[in-house]
Amino acid sequence: MRRGTWLLLFAIGCAGSQSVLDPAGPPNRSLNHLFWAMLIVASVIWIAVVVAAFWAALSRRRITREDLEPIITVPNEEHRRHTGIVTGLVGATIVILLLFLVYDFTVGRALAERPSRTLTIEIIGHQWWWEVHYVDPDPSKIVVDANELHIPAGEPVQVKLSSRDVIHSFWVPNLIGKRDLIPGYTSSLFLNADRAGVYRAQCAEFCGTEHAKMALPVVVHSRNDFAAWLSEARAPAAVPNDSSARDGRQVFLAGPCSSCHAITGEPAYGTVGPNLTHLASRKTLGAGTLPNTRGNLGGWVVDPQSIKPGVRMPSNQLAAKDLRNLLDYLQTLK
Amino acid sequence: MSSRSNGWRATCSALIGILLLSACERENRRFQENPPTATPTSTALIVSDLQPGPGMVIPKVEAPYDDNAWAVSEGKSLFNSMNCSGCHFQGGGGIGPPLMDEEWIYGYEPQQIFASIADGRPNGMPAWKYSLSTQQIWELVSYVRSLSGLNPKGARSGRDDHMMRKTPEASTPNAVPKMSSTPPEDSA
Repeated sequence: MRRGTWLLLFAIGCAGSQSVLDPAGPPNRSLNHLFWAMLIVASVIWIAVVVAAFWAALSRRRITREDLEPIITVPNEEHRRHTGIVTGLVGATIVILLLFLVYDFTVGRALAERPSRTLTIEIIGHQWWWEVHYVDPDPSKIVVDANELHIPAGEPVQVKLSSRDVIHSFWVPNLIGKRDLIPGYTSSLFLNADRAGVYRAQCAEFCGTEHAKMALPVVVHSRNDFAAWLSEARAPAAVPNDSSARDGRQVFLAGPCSSCHAITGEPAYGTVGPNLTHLASRKTLGAGTLPNTRGNLGGWVVDPQSIKPGVRMPSNQLAAKDLRNLLDYLQTLK
Repeated sequence: MSSRSNGWRATCSALIGILLLSACERENRRFQENPPTATPTSTALIVSDLQPGPGMVIPKVEAPYDDNAWAVSEGKSLFNSMNCSGCHFQGGGGIGPPLMDEEWIYGYEPQQIFASIADGRPNGMPAWKYSLSTQQIWELVSYVRSLSGLNPKGARSGRDDHMMRKTPEASTPNAVPKMSSTPPEDSA
């Protein structure tokens, strides 16, 4: 019973939305099988070696007349036995290593396989946020989003990675990783999830002051949910009916916001900061820094420098009424 | 003899201390700050040598970030992200006037550059005070001044974020600024 509790505790430690040991897709699952197989076999061998070493050190050996003879002698019965044991163990080691080599090679080959036709998503790293493009041959269907990645379950997704400034690294522990985002170079990675849920990706290459606050929630939808989400995301932002939200829209467009942020369907084209067309439907603010609530959003707009010091967004001095209206507007951006 | 060498030692350590302190300022990252604006901009500034009455005295305003390398580099990144480089290019000028030479149409003093950025200028320079914070405009001011070597050399940038197209600011010779005698051309 007690042993069971301990095992359960270990298992809880492994599960989570940012855990390599809690696979949510076939590639990571096969890596996990490889990892556990190697860990268990290596642990058994290690324990056996340690026990044997202690046994050898602690057991007394009788000194016989033969031991006092010159070292080079014709192998007797005992020597032959020892040679047999050592040869057997060396052989076993080689066999185990070869088995691991073959296993490792097959897993590696399976991971490197390139699926034929896939959905392509482009991710561009910025200090310190993620720009996400859902590519489509029809330009009107391209979705530009930021700081949240939506993918369908049970379907390989190609992710093309590049960077606008310094080297970042894309890592979704539950799915796959890592792959560096290198300025001036496009690298590619296949995501393959089979369990719906929200996982957390994290920049895995130090990229400046706010590297730690550069996270990316990865939302895995079922196939139908993803299609519904994508068609919703393609819709441009609408002018709100509510009068305070309309005033807030004016604050956004006439004030400093629109010089860095874009909203699809509005005359705001800034590409310096994240695209805000679907801001209100995001789970987090500031690239996984804060939960997306009205209070946090207000704090972020007024003083992002105290939440994420060094972030490229400056603190904004807004009249209380303008801020309220702006928040009303931002919350309509579903 | 020994008292003399003690004096030397004291002087040296004091000098090193001062050097260290100045080095701190160079890298100091002042994230939360609202530096004063260089207002009233339009009334107090001379932007032409044609003035009624006796010559006006320009009130001297120190640029808060001239000796801060981090702020100058932030100004450099704003210079590209706000598309200043779209008209001024990397300082050499094109659609807009060059910024790395010694000629200044609307003044080279920090508050004059501030006013040019904040309020805009005729023939195409937009007013940025609605889109940029005061701190960001000051960062741009210091970067623009670094292009022709008007700020301390140690704070100027030695590299570019992209392929180097010109000598880095830190290696550019200091230009002696002078007001341009030619009136701004009509871009049409």
